[in-house]
Amino acid sequence: MTLQFKPDETFRKDFTYRNSDAGILRFPFPFPEDEYMYSVNIEPHVRGGPTAAFQAAFDVDEHYVAECRERALVLAEDPKRCQVLPHMELAQWDTLELIMESLAADYPDLFSLSKDGDLWTWVNKPLSIQQTFTFGKADTLPCPPFEYITRQAQGDFTLQDQREDNLYVDGGMVTTQADWSLEFDIGMSFHEWHGPVPLAHEKGVFDRALKYLLRLQYGQPVRRLNWTMTINPRLDTSPENYPVWGPDRTTITPENVAEKVHLRVELQTLFRLPRSNAILFGIRCYLASVAELSRVPKWRKRLHRVLRDLHPAIQEYKGLPRYRQMVIDTLAPFDDGAPLSKGIQSDLTAL
Amino acid sequence: MTAAPTLSVRIREIEPLGASLKRFALEPAHGGELPTPAPGAHILLTLRDGGRVMKNAYSLVSPAAARDRYEIIVRRVAQSRGGSAFLHQQAREGDVIDIGYPVNLFPLQAKARKHLLIGGGIGITPLLSHLHLLKARGLKFEMHQLCAPEEAGVFEALLAPYGEAGEILVHGTGRARFDLAGILARQPLGTHVYTCGPRTLMEAVATTASALGWPAGKIHKESFGENSGGLPFKAMLARSGIEVEVGETQSLLEAVEAAGIDAPCLCRGGACGECKVSVLEGEVEHRDDFLSAEEKASQGAIMLCVSRARGARLVLDL
Ligand code: FES
Repeated sequence: MTLQFKPDETFRKDFTYRNSDAGILRFPFPFPEDEYMYSVNIEPHVRGGPTAAFQAAFDVDEHYVAECRERALVLAEDPKRCQVLPHMELAQWDTLELIMESLAADYPDLFSLSKDGDLWTWVNKPLSIQQTFTFGKADTLPCPPFEYITRQAQGDFTLQDQREDNLYVDGGMVTTQADWSLEFDIGMSFHEWHGPVPLAHEKGVFDRALKYLLRLQYGQPVRRLNWTMTINPRLDTSPENYPVWGPDRTTITPENVAEKVHLRVELQTLFRLPRSNAILFGIRCYLASVAELSRVPKWRKRLHRVLRDLHPAIQEYKGLPRYRQMVIDTLAPFDDGAPLSKGIQSDLTAL
Repeated sequence: MTAAPTLSVRIREIEPLGASLKRFALEPAHGGELPTPAPGAHILLTLRDGGRVMKNAYSLVSPAAARDRYEIIVRRVAQSRGGSAFLHQQAREGDVIDIGYPVNLFPLQAKARKHLLIGGGIGITPLLSHLHLLKARGLKFEMHQLCAPEEAGVFEALLAPYGEAGEILVHGTGRARFDLAGILARQPLGTHVYTCGPRTLMEAVATTASALGWPAGKIHKESFGENSGGLPFKAMLARSGIEVEVGETQSLLEAVEAAGIDAPCLCRGGACGECKVSVLEGEVEHRDDFLSAEEKASQGAIMLCVSRARGARLVLDL
């Protein structure tokens, strides 16, 4: 199936972002069970699986063009959303190589990469870009290599340097984040960075995750899903912009709750990079409104159960208390309590 | 971690470098490009001599930019387990062999201000791939290679492309005349040292450096210590009523899956806890990060994805 991009949709002001039927069905719904608790739910990032969003190393969907434009808008307002510390230069090139090669291999009709020694030519058809440059020579690109390629990818990315048995966030392109800040986190170690998550520390989740990631091997990327909720299809919910999006939370009424409240899912991927031995962390954000998700019977029932039984500390951390009950009330009439299949797949082939 | 994907390569060229050293160039057997060889990485070769299968790890010596071939240098060892003798005597140009994806346990450190490389004998190999990168990026380095007097010429030739005398020194005069402590003592702050070679040399570098006050995080030794394999053993799956053989380079989880059993798993790396199974009999060599120390000591459970048997047999509640 060829992708129909929606180049004009917006993630701010009039919020014209919507998912097509196919877009809803490929949504990476994050709840394999009726209950939610933190865990190290990491699995190998191999092609295929319960959602089409797992079919490529870096997923490209109908929102690609609009999302790249949204990123450019955020960067124009605040260039600090992209920062890389000087010792991460090789990791920048590693990232460019990995993303270009993956996109060209996974979407040959949209992207291509040709090489003549170090002289590379990159073609990005959806964004009408053609660029010839010398691999390894930053001044042959219009901007630094990490920024260059992550401006052309959906989702946020951070670069982790590995040293002294720890990981440090030493770079990133972060314009679509769920309330955290690169400017604040840059240079932090793994535990500093994961500091505020309730319940997870007591369970030793981060100690285990760190040990596992330190052993992450090149060629064997891994992934996990994380989630929260956002009012309106707004990608940029950064702390810097809190005055812009914070008040949205007071606008929810029983009438608009299904359209306005969005499940925000992060498909997090981790790749070991070859030259730098750094880790590239991809945080790809997917948004679907409660109304859109409700079109899938299994998902609306499961979402109802997860939210209803959610641990209070997790609700609080994810900022849900203001409107959680309204979402539950909207979904409750559709939940007959029947058992649901395990796993995140929609159990539908068409809407 | 899971077994990395395998690649099929053809021996493009075999070049003798000295009395007991040969360089092998390996190209993709089915065209295309090989994965970027990470500086410091090694690959596992699977060699088949009739019914005999040998697995040997060799460092990649080719530069990261070269994706059309991998190069390794193999020393013929008198007491070889068979792999190096096989490569020296029987391997021919054109032969196709399987290799694992590059694994890097010996990366260069991004924050180092200067890189000090100390190699012993064939331990030069991962350092050669470091040198490609250090030289190409114009980074500050110093290299010392120790070797037998008769091999000094070979190593000098291998190192010639990477630097001036002064930056690179070949010591063919024996360890006694090599002033390790002096070299370590005069390094500027921010230097990282990397060593590969005989165990005694690597230990000498590590202990001398720490005695001189080098922090542990600045001392790096190559270890091929891939934690995934071990001695073969048998696992009796009590509920399924079958017995599986777990090979040297296979995990228990892989062996169980190969037997057609759908075992639980998620991370396949000893972190998530999904693959925990009760142990009914036998002793486990725990390699996971999930079970607590008490759980490990009680020997009541095993994580299928990473842990192995300490003896010949395990009985599992699976
Ligand atoms: S599969 Fe995660 S611990 Fe074994």
